[in-house]
Amino acid sequence: MGNGTSIGRVRGLGSAHSGASNWLQERFTGLASMIVSLYLLFSLLMLPSLNYQTVKAWISQPLPATAMVLFVVVNFWHARSGLRVVIEDYQHDSSKLFYLVALDFAAIAGGAFGVLSLIRLALGA
Amino acid sequence: MASANQPGAHKRPLSPHLQIWRWGPAMLVSILHRVTGSGLSLVGLAVLLWWLGALVSGPEAYATFEGVMGSPIGLFVLVGLTWAFFQHLCTGLRHFVLDIGAGYELETNARWSVITIVASVLLTAGTWAFILAR
Repeated sequence: MGNGTSIGRVRGLGSAHSGASNWLQERFTGLASMIVSLYLLFSLLMLPSLNYQTVKAWISQPLPATAMVLFVVVNFWHARSGLRVVIEDYQHDSSKLFYLVALDFAAIAGGAFGVLSLIRLALGA
Repeated sequence: MASANQPGAHKRPLSPHLQIWRWGPAMLVSILHRVTGSGLSLVGLAVLLWWLGALVSGPEAYATFEGVMGSPIGLFVLVGLTWAFFQHLCTGLRHFVLDIGAGYELETNARWSVITIVASVLLTAGTWAFILAR
């Protein structure tokens, strides 16, 4: 084991066994995102109007509400997976950990706000 | 690079980046995938949360949201998000094909890269033509 280059320091240590996890999550959430995003797009295009009453009446129904909760969870998860790779590609110093933690906090907070809003709408806010 | 700052480590050459390579369709859609994905995450999800929050808050908050999104800048953002969505969708599907190991021949790769750009522009134009024609 060397101590010069980054590859020299890890050579011979074997697999971390978790390397493919984010890569796979990116793919699976991407596929799911395609389904729920096209559902939202077509639903909005099919609504007779996009005013407050029409949109609220639509999104409060059980099926659209369920689909929109999935939309929020899947897209925040997918955004988190993708932006994680962007940060890992461009941040090489100690600030990387800060950005990764901030990203996770923001993704979970944003997802929580979206889901809570949808629950309130579904239960008649 | 972290290793370049280690004591005893030599400065090693880095891989050349965007400004070095001659641009081609595959390179363009590769960086477009990242740019549109980042844009959808940072701008698209913000608009989504504002929309949901306005729906919960009531008619007045929703009217504010409608007013901003109906303004020229708001429409520019919405059309941009529509294009970003379709471009990211098309290049995402392209990545699924590349992930199974297909489509790496130079001509095939370039052709499908161009197709994702043409498709995203046509789908965006079609979507907004449908909205405006209503």
